[in-house]
Amino acid sequence: MSGPSETVADGVAQAKRWYWQRISAMVLTVCVLVHLGGVIYAVRGGLSAAEILGRTQGNWAFAAFYATFVLASAVHVPVGVANVAREWAGLGASAGLWLGRAVALLILVMGLRAVLGVVTGGNA
Amino acid sequence: MSTSNSKPLQVKVWRGTAQGSFTDYEVPRLSSQTVLDVVTHIQRHLEPSLGYRFACRVGMCGSCAMTVNGVARWTCRTHVAKVVDEAGRLELRPLANLPVIKDLAVDMSEFFDKWARSKGQFKGSRTRHEDFERVAPASPARQAANAGIECIGCGVCYGSCDVVSWRPAFAGPAALNRAWTLVNDERDTAQTERLRAVAGDAGCHACHTQGSCTERCPKQIAPTLGIAGLKRLVAKAAVRGEL
Repeated sequence: MSGPSETVADGVAQAKRWYWQRISAMVLTVCVLVHLGGVIYAVRGGLSAAEILGRTQGNWAFAAFYATFVLASAVHVPVGVANVAREWAGLGASAGLWLGRAVALLILVMGLRAVLGVVTGGNA
Repeated sequence: MSTSNSKPLQVKVWRGTAQGSFTDYEVPRLSSQTVLDVVTHIQRHLEPSLGYRFACRVGMCGSCAMTVNGVARWTCRTHVAKVVDEAGRLELRPLANLPVIKDLAVDMSEFFDKWARSKGQFKGSRTRHEDFERVAPASPARQAANAGIECIGCGVCYGSCDVVSWRPAFAGPAALNRAWTLVNDERDTAQTERLRAVAGDAGCHACHTQGSCTERCPKQIAPTLGIAGLKRLVAKAAVRGEL
């Protein structure tokens, strides 16, 4: 059983999560637009691994941009995953949150690893 | 009301509680006939034990809402012509998301308890010995309150809300709309308590902005808009540590 103060604390935590989801959505909006623009620009010269790596290797501005993209995703995704797990898969509140956190960790590790990979060319 | 020559309506009506089944009735088609007229005809002439609820018949009391052909509606102001299909069929079920008492009547206790839990009560600071507070009619807050104040508590929004069906603890559109009108009442002194009450997953932050409430509200209120406003206010207060 949760007492009234615990309920308020829950509500505040949920409100904060919503806030971070909103802020990260704003960052993602910019990231997705820049990313799509980059994709459209990049494929004009054909698409090959050598061409992509030629552009990304040693490009730390590229790394910073995509690291931000990954971080924003890692903040944004778990809140939604927790909601979907709770409402559609019938998971409990805390099980949903932990599932969201696990997915966030996966995105963070795989995303940053990919960014590092294309910037260092796998030589890190 | 005059009898028309068109063929009779084929009406399926839910009988029972959570467990039950549909019973078929044939009801004469009349001009300017409302869905509530159809239900009343069935109760008076065909099925005296049919349970349903109505009072004013003119869209003021909010007691006659039902699910008509799959959509929650106020039945007293819903013309049969607007909802009947080409074969002349109507399917009447009780409102969704609320326990059925009998047939078409639902128990609305939880619906209104959620208004109370969302601090839907006005709390002022003045006594009867003081002068009235004055609220500028054109002020943005008063305009925002005006937009939501005409709610009749019919429960159509609540019965249309998917989030309520997924999260039974969710306050629902009507209770949050009420809270929003009070948040915009500059005389009210319980604002922090109210923001606390509507915070989180049982409150405004569970809303996915699907907009079924706004789509279906017979009074053309937009609870979705008010809930979005509550989300912003609550999140700001939570981040600033004011809750």
